[in-house]
Amino acid sequence: MTTEHAPALDELIASWREWMERRDALSVRDVDELESHLRDRVDALTAAGLADDEAFLIAVKRLGSMDDLSREYAAEHSGRLWKQLVLHDSSDSEGTDASNGTMPFVRRANGLTIALLLGVGAGIAVKATELLTGDPELVFRNIAVLVLPFLAAWFAWRRRPPMGTLLGVAGAFALVALALNLYPFDGGSSTDTVATQNSATAVLATIGSIVALWLVTGIVDAGGVWRSDRTRMDFLRFSGEWLVYYVLIAIVGGALSGLTVAVFASIQVDIAPFIVEWVLPCGAAGAILVSAWLVGAKQRVIENIAPVLTKVFTPLFTLMMLALIVASVMQWNLVDGSRELLIAFDLVLVVVVALLVYAISARDPALAPGWFDRLQVLMLVAALVVDVIVLVAMIARTGEFGFSANKTASLGLNLILLANLAWATWLQIGFVRRRVPFGRVESWQTAYLPVYLGWAAILVFAFPPMFDFA
Amino acid sequence: MRIGKDLVAAAATPVVLGILAEGESYGYAILQRITELSDGELEWSDGMLYPLLHRLERLGHVESEWRQSSGGRPRKHYRLSAQGASTLADHRRQWSIVGGVLDQVWPGDGDKRQPRLALGLG
Repeated sequence: MTTEHAPALDELIASWREWMERRDALSVRDVDELESHLRDRVDALTAAGLADDEAFLIAVKRLGSMDDLSREYAAEHSGRLWKQLVLHDSSDSEGTDASNGTMPFVRRANGLTIALLLGVGAGIAVKATELLTGDPELVFRNIAVLVLPFLAAWFAWRRRPPMGTLLGVAGAFALVALALNLYPFDGGSSTDTVATQNSATAVLATIGSIVALWLVTGIVDAGGVWRSDRTRMDFLRFSGEWLVYYVLIAIVGGALSGLTVAVFASIQVDIAPFIVEWVLPCGAAGAILVSAWLVGAKQRVIENIAPVLTKVFTPLFTLMMLALIVASVMQWNLVDGSRELLIAFDLVLVVVVALLVYAISARDPALAPGWFDRLQVLMLVAALVVDVIVLVAMIARTGEFGFSANKTASLGLNLILLANLAWATWLQIGFVRRRVPFGRVESWQTAYLPVYLGWAAILVFAFPPMFDFA
Repeated sequence: MRIGKDLVAAAATPVVLGILAEGESYGYAILQRITELSDGELEWSDGMLYPLLHRLERLGHVESEWRQSSGGRPRKHYRLSAQGASTLADHRRQWSIVGGVLDQVWPGDGDKRQPRLALGLG
């Protein structure tokens, strides 16, 4: 090795620093201290006649393996692995490190400022539409169109996708907005509360628009590389974690609102209308962005939550479905169930798919199949059995009473999920028997995403005209 | 001869405190001193010293301060606290008991090793 082509010592140390700072157990100040040590060692070695790069290699080697080192730091500073969830950015305030001194304000804390601004924007968008139109039903129907652009903007700010992607996504938003607002939905009586729309196709279109635009927003998150199953899996991970945070924020927010109302009531001030009219809608919209920020901010820091929930609930859910099979075989009363039955079982299938997907997303692909994978086979088979029982019953009933928009939509979703689960079961069995590599189990789920997008698009665009906007 | 891992770990705290008892120092110099005192036989990865120093600081045995070195480089200096001094004395009593026991049970001539072991304990 010739010394002319060797990178300068400062460059070597800079790249070494970059690696060290990625370790959550090491603070910037720790890396400063190690760098000071490293430079002392390098100085001593070069004084003994070694070239800079040789001295650097030896000095790094003498520091010890990075894994061992960060394990030692983690053992001493275990609190750091948790507390980085708080809002200040990674450089210590007393740190004099030059590389962090010029960090722009909006980049601090992983862009919390931006997330908050966008969250406020989403809240304003919802509230302004309501005040301008005076029609809560219209706000409810357009909720995805009003709120998700802000999430898309957040992703766009973080990922910097190519302009073509952004234009395509904006186009999709515009198309959905046109369909939702130009279709002449029936029975819109504005005296009703937000959630009760008279037109079934309007409700279906609303749900479809949420699903479709959420997936479209994922394209921005993918930075335009949505064909890759890795980025799709990342977006699935994001969605699961996001949901966990959103529910947590909603619970705490609800509790806080309740307390506030109660406290003010005790001094004879009724602020319930203010909470319901302003705080809840704005908070619900803003929390979407805050949850998104949280997922990104703590991603590297601690073990994710959604996979833990799947580990806990997969066994319980399997038990529930096995009990259901036994009950339905003994009583055969599923067949006489009502129209809601199919919707309920769609939800069961959605949960099964979600449990499966998040278990997959958290799994180390290199591990050999274990008990949990076998348990998943059992869960999948139980779900298939339950669903076939219900499906046969429902198809018989539909033949009797004809197709309504709701029934058709749930039947379609049911078939889509059933097809997914059937093939997933086949793959999972193959994987447990070591005939199928884990990558195929994974890519089946990510490859299926466009099917959901397609069905959601059909709900938005095709269903209303098909069923006369009823 | 390499000293076993467990023994190095057990000796680390008293050795480091002992070196700081000689006067304020910083990581690299502490390691140099250890090498010097043990003729290079007491060794561990350079980086491992720092988590140990941080633990001693958390426990209040040492105090630290960032200073500019003569070369203009920032450097974290460590200094023995009063509590650290008493901890060191405590360690010293424990080690001399262990050393005394070992001296009596070594097969053959244990006398030659005694001064050397005592030196290492500083």
